[in-house]
Amino acid sequence: MGFYLAQVLTGLANAGALFMVASGLSLIFGVTRIVNFAHGSFYMIGAYIGYTLMQVLPGAVGFWGAIILAGVAVGLVGLVVEMLVLRPVYKAPELFQLVATFGVILVIQDLALLIWGPEDLLGPRAPGLRGVVRIMGEPIPKYDIALLVITPFVALGLWYLIARTRVGVLVRAATQDREMVGALGVNQAWLFSGVFALGTALAGLGGALQLPKGGADLLMDFNILTSVFVVVVIGGMGSLPGAYLAAVIISVVNVFGVTFLPQSTLVLIFVVMVLVLMIRPFGLFGREEVAGEHGQVGEPETPIHPAGPRVRLLVAVGLVILAMLPLYGSSFSLVLATDILIFCLFAASLHFLLGIGGLVSFGHAAYFGGGAYVAALLVTHANSPMELAFLLAPFGAGLAALIIGWICIRLTGVYFAMLTLAFAQLLWSLVFQWGEVTGGDDGLVNIWPSEWLKASTTFYIFTLIFTVGGILLMRHVAHSPFGYALRAARDSERRAEATGINTKRVRWMAFTLAGVMAGLAGGLFVFSKGSVFPNELEIARSFDALIVVFLGGVKTLAGGVVGGAFFKGVEEILTRFEYWRLALGLLIIFVVIVAPQGIVGTLRNMFRRHVKDET
Amino acid sequence: MKRQTFLKGAIAAMALAAVPLAAAAQDTIKIGEINHYKRLAAFAGPYKQGIELALEEINGGGGVLGKPMEFIFRDDQGEPGEAIKIAEELVTREGVVMVTGTILSHVGLAISSHAAEKGYVYLAAEPLADAITWASGNKYTFRLRASTFMQAAMLAEQAAASGAKTYATIAPNYAYGKDAVAAFKENLLALQPDAEFVAEQWPALFKIDAGAEVQAIERAKPDAIYNVTFGPDLAKFVREGTDRGLFDGRTVLGLLSGEPEYLDPLGDEAPEGWIVTGYPWYDIQDGPGKTFVDAYQARWDDYPRIGSLVGYMTVQSIAAALEKAGSTETEAIRDAFEDLSLDTPMGPITFRALDHQATAGAYVGTTALQDGKGVMVDWEYKAGADYIPDDEYVKNLRPEGQ
Repeated sequence: MGFYLAQVLTGLANAGALFMVASGLSLIFGVTRIVNFAHGSFYMIGAYIGYTLMQVLPGAVGFWGAIILAGVAVGLVGLVVEMLVLRPVYKAPELFQLVATFGVILVIQDLALLIWGPEDLLGPRAPGLRGVVRIMGEPIPKYDIALLVITPFVALGLWYLIARTRVGVLVRAATQDREMVGALGVNQAWLFSGVFALGTALAGLGGALQLPKGGADLLMDFNILTSVFVVVVIGGMGSLPGAYLAAVIISVVNVFGVTFLPQSTLVLIFVVMVLVLMIRPFGLFGREEVAGEHGQVGEPETPIHPAGPRVRLLVAVGLVILAMLPLYGSSFSLVLATDILIFCLFAASLHFLLGIGGLVSFGHAAYFGGGAYVAALLVTHANSPMELAFLLAPFGAGLAALIIGWICIRLTGVYFAMLTLAFAQLLWSLVFQWGEVTGGDDGLVNIWPSEWLKASTTFYIFTLIFTVGGILLMRHVAHSPFGYALRAARDSERRAEATGINTKRVRWMAFTLAGVMAGLAGGLFVFSKGSVFPNELEIARSFDALIVVFLGGVKTLAGGVVGGAFFKGVEEILTRFEYWRLALGLLIIFVVIVAPQGIVGTLRNMFRRHVKDET
Repeated sequence: MKRQTFLKGAIAAMALAAVPLAAAAQDTIKIGEINHYKRLAAFAGPYKQGIELALEEINGGGGVLGKPMEFIFRDDQGEPGEAIKIAEELVTREGVVMVTGTILSHVGLAISSHAAEKGYVYLAAEPLADAITWASGNKYTFRLRASTFMQAAMLAEQAAASGAKTYATIAPNYAYGKDAVAAFKENLLALQPDAEFVAEQWPALFKIDAGAEVQAIERAKPDAIYNVTFGPDLAKFVREGTDRGLFDGRTVLGLLSGEPEYLDPLGDEAPEGWIVTGYPWYDIQDGPGKTFVDAYQARWDDYPRIGSLVGYMTVQSIAAALEKAGSTETEAIRDAFEDLSLDTPMGPITFRALDHQATAGAYVGTTALQDGKGVMVDWEYKAGADYIPDDEYVKNLRPEGQ
């Protein structure tokens, strides 16, 4: 009995920092609709700043003072980030801001390394709270008890702020309908800045509070991000009580998972997440999204149309130039171009889903990595010839997309995104854990193409045919009746249904097609690299694709391809430098600010204005 | 318009990539070094400094084959796919004679497979996975450091001597952790058939729920604990375990826990009395080991980590192989690496022809606190050759024809 109590208390103590970080993310999303990928980074600098302050401030007052000051300092950093980076892009298409927050992650990573150095820092102990108390004979660290007491107070304070003050009224109003709040004369800019600062301050507070249980290190930003997303989604985006309850559930489930299913540490929280979302699609306390449908902000878009003869000619010329690369390019340029083409196809497949279908997937890597694994598993375990394995890769990925899509399309918006993320993580943990079949972390190696394809030149041409073919096919589909139905479902679900379109099925098919294309890219990838590892299924890979689609321009047809080529090209050049993350992060932020419609969208607008001026 | 910009972008990117970097002087011997300099800065930094120290020494003494040696350092972001692309570039465009590097095992495995496919020599310096020289071994891949199996075998020997009967293990839930536990079990059960494993804990890497793990181990009441966690996980595990009295009266064995990279961040909370593998640079009194420590401190105004030593030995091994080969042809270098013997700060090592594993060993000792810092005392250098299983065993593991 004492043992179970001790485990529950441990779980509750763990929930503390998690709740604070998650509530911050939840608040920010609720009001500003920004999915703040950089939230883990604010948590990390909270820990670092707290650590530094604890070195200079003496005693217990200094310790607790340092924690509060760390929260305030991080809130100020958040305020600066919001004003400099996010404010210029509120008018951009929905979710575009997450690209900017991705840039912030890179910048903060390099700055933290510069300021605090590469070595892990061990968190200072809370004065007077070293050691344990015994409850029913079981040792419980005193600091855990302190956390148990503090967290509900922070939660109550937040609840009071939101439920009982004028600021809280505005925040809740903005969460429900921010345009109405603006129309009623509330200064939205300051409301957004304030909420963003509050949210990041909570992340910083969480980071500083966990110091006595761990410390500060440079990997903690990404390490907490998934759990935080899971908590926010289970609790319901924008709901504080939900975040608290979810943090407790996740922490307690984890604690018992550790005891009774020690192998389950990777997969357990995602299983919980999938179960909760299948029963309560909007989380425990979440409400269906009222606002925030795709394409709400900004000027109405001009519908996409097939390319005219001039553009077609240019594309053809470009393709010829690409196809001739083996004649004038070096052997390495072929390898690089192969990489870029594969990535472009992957990005284009997500773009099809996101831009044409209006379905934001946070877990698209599942189908890219899935395709790669299907091919690699066939080669490794069935000794199947390369050609067969390659052809089956898109089918395998498509099948996965068919099944996962069937479950996910019942949701929309950000909940859809989160459920796709959960499934991608499930797949990742399956591959990671099932070492006997998938090789686990050691991956599958020696998956090389057949003899006739081994040369860089032939493989390049092979890749060119399949990637360009795939991209053109998706463009074609976008202009087919199916594509029109899909766009109708995106722009107005009700009207589409009224005209007899089965929007769910159309979306389901689009999801599957995107999966097939991502799987094709994955199949090409595994044979170009000769090996595959679980990181091709990771969140980071999904984010890569998401970033380039937004960077290229969601509301354009070529966005994914251009974004992919731009990102890979820039990355190729910048990673040669020492502080490449800083440079890449700043570049992304710069592009986001000058081109809030994405690269293609902004160029197109400039071109149109230019044409207008001339006529 | 849209396609047009795509093509412009793509062509510009490719044109940029096709421009050769400033053509370096042709009279150096170039070695490609691929690593996760940013992602694992705490490990890659000292490793790079070790490489640079060795390069300065070797080039100061006339280089190899009459030419200076040059390392080209490239960051792969910790991604296997990136690492392959860089390896391709290094080999086809930069004209490196061989490739080395990586810390993460899976990236090492990716390069290893690529090396065999494209035919260049790859020296895996830091990655510890057994698969690199065994299950996924190939003709072109060699490994310098003592593998997971070897280091686990050293600790199993200590465990068997400790008299403990029941064991709990805690290891990060990925390939390295699983290998480390499997090797420990195998070796321990061979030495002490009645040993019993009463709990196995598998925290997710860098996401340990330390309080819960400690409680779960405590519940099994083992005589001894075998720890494979490292980095921030180790710090949390040590803190919770010490607070909750988990280590009191128990034998604790820690794989790599004595390496400065992991022990130093713990400061005055470093655990005492753990039997660990590590690197007691502060206590090496004489011989080449001491010479290296002095030279390193003089050059960098910093103390060496295990990574520094590995970086230094990597350059030494490559230089020795090139001298022995007498040429920079891949096949000559490959042949030279087989049965290559050289003297390193750790002592003499040999790259075995059988499985391409070097016989570098590890330092095994007991942790203690001195001047508010964790150190290893009563340590001993264990030669790697004594902990590699017999030839038949290894042959069965390696793929045929390799």
